[in-house]
Amino acid sequence: MDALTAGDTPTAGRKVDRSVIIWNLRKEYRAGEPVLKNVSLEVEGRGLTAIIGPSGTGKSTLVRCINRLVEPTAGQILFRGQDLVQLSRHELRRARRHIGMIFQEYNLVERLSVIENVLCGRLGYLPVWRAWLRRFPAADIDRAFGLLDAVGLGEFATQRADKLSGGQRQRVGIARALMQEPDLMLADEPTSSLDPKTSVEIMELIAGRAGERNIPVIVNIHNVGLARRFADRIVGMSKGEIVFNGPPGALQDKHLLQIYGGEGWLE
Amino acid sequence: MTGVLAQTPRQRVAFPSNWSARIAFVALAIYVVYASTILDISWARFAAGIEHGSRFLSRMFPPNVAPDKLQLLFGGMVESMQIAIIATVAGVLVSLPLGLAAARNLSPAPLAWTARGSIALFRSFHPVIVAILFVKAVGFGALAGMLALIVASLGFIAKLVAEAVEEMSMQQVEGVRATGSPFLSLVIMGVLPQVMPRFIGFSAYQLDSNLRNSALVGLVGGGGIGSTLFTAFQRFDYDFVLTIVLAIIGVVMVGEIVSGWMRRLFQ
Repeated sequence: MDALTAGDTPTAGRKVDRSVIIWNLRKEYRAGEPVLKNVSLEVEGRGLTAIIGPSGTGKSTLVRCINRLVEPTAGQILFRGQDLVQLSRHELRRARRHIGMIFQEYNLVERLSVIENVLCGRLGYLPVWRAWLRRFPAADIDRAFGLLDAVGLGEFATQRADKLSGGQRQRVGIARALMQEPDLMLADEPTSSLDPKTSVEIMELIAGRAGERNIPVIVNIHNVGLARRFADRIVGMSKGEIVFNGPPGALQDKHLLQIYGGEGWLE
Repeated sequence: MTGVLAQTPRQRVAFPSNWSARIAFVALAIYVVYASTILDISWARFAAGIEHGSRFLSRMFPPNVAPDKLQLLFGGMVESMQIAIIATVAGVLVSLPLGLAAARNLSPAPLAWTARGSIALFRSFHPVIVAILFVKAVGFGALAGMLALIVASLGFIAKLVAEAVEEMSMQQVEGVRATGSPFLSLVIMGVLPQVMPRFIGFSAYQLDSNLRNSALVGLVGGGGIGSTLFTAFQRFDYDFVLTIVLAIIGVVMVGEIVSGWMRRLFQ
C-alpha cells in the first residue's frame, strides 16, 4: 500500500522500479483447458517487449492478465512492489492508473469528443462530480491539448471520436494512455486493424513516446516484421507457452517455425 | 447418369407441408366461431348497435364551443399536461439509475435481479389499473393520476435503458476501465455517452404517451381532462364530449411532433 500512496502524486524523474515479473501465470477460461500454461516472464523496466505467436495462443490473454481485464486463474504478476493478481478491486483500480493500455479496436468512447477521450486517462485521479460536470483541472486540460498536438491531432480536439479514421483513433488511444503518466504501457494488437504505413507510424509513436518517458512497453503483435523493427526483446509464444525469449537479432527461422509451425509461409 | 437416376425416384421438396401449423390455424378458426356464439354476437345485435351509435353520433354535432365549456376544457387540459410533464420528468429521473442497476453487464447479479423484479412489478399492470389503486390510496385528483403515470414511465424507460446498456459496446467501457477509473466515473464517461441518445428518445416517447394516458387516468378519477370528459359523459353533454375528444387529438398530435423533434435534436 505504501508504494501506491507514494505514487499518487506523479512527479517527473521519480525513481520507480518499472519492471514486471510474471511468475507461473495460468489462465483457464474453461476448467482444465489452460490458455496460458504457467507462463513466467521477466520484463525489464524499460524498452519494448513484443510478444509474437499464432492467433489463439494466449498473447492477448497474457497482456490482459497484467491489468486484469482478464482475471488470471493462478500465478503472480509483480509490478511496483505489488502482486497485481492479489489486489482487491479498489487496489486494482489504483494500480491500473499506472498502466496505460492501447487496444486493437482503439476502444475510444465513440460519442465523446477527442479531448474528452484523452482526459479519460485522468479519471482515476478525479472525484466523480468533476467527471460528471467535466470540470477537469486546467493543468490536465493543458496536458491533454499538448498530447494531442504531439500525436498530430491538435485541431481535432473537439470533434467526436467516431469522426476519425482508424489511424487517428489509435493516436487518440495512445494519447489517452500517455495521459495517465503510466509506468507501464500495454498494447494489445495495436496495429492489427491498420494499414501497413499507418502501422509503422503507430509503432514509431508508441516506441518513441515510451522511450522518452523511459517506461517499458509490452506489445502483443502478430506482424513479425514490425516486432523485429521496433522491439528490444521478442517473446515467442506457442500453445500457451513461451518458446522464445531473446533480442530481435537472435530470432531465426527455426524459432519462427517452432512458434508458428508449418513451413511454406516463410519463403 | 447414375447420379440423375438416383435422384428421380423421389422428387425433392422445397417447401415441406407443416401439418402442426395447419391444425393450429383450423383450431383457432373453430374457436373464434364458437366464442362468438357463446357471447351472443349476432347480426341482429350488431344492427341494433349501429342504429344506437348513429343516434349517439348525431347528438355530438355540432361540437359545443360555449365560452364556459371552453374554460372547463382549458382547465382540464392544462392539468393533464402538468400531470404528464411532471410524471415524465420524475419517472425519467428515477428510471435512469434503476435501468443502470438492472443491466446485467454492469451491476452485480443480486442488484440486477432486484431491479429487474421491481421493473417487472411496475410493468405488470396497465396505467389505468395503477391509477385506480392510487385513487383509492391517495384520493381523487391530479396526485393519483401523476403517481400512476410515474409508475408507468418508470417501468417502461427503466426496462429500455437496461436493454440499451446491455447492448452497448463493452470495448468502449473496457477502454475507460483500463485507466483505473472509479465505477461511477466509468458510468459517466463510458456508459452514459453510449446510451444517452436512446434514453432521450425513450423519454420523448414517454412524454408523448403520458400525454395520451393522462386523459385515460382522469377517467378513473386521476384528475385532468379525463375527469372533464367523464363528467361530460355522465351529463349526456355529447356535443361537449366531441369538443374534448377533438382537443385531446390535437394535443396528442402536437405532442407527437414535439417528441419527434426532441429525438432528432439529441441524436
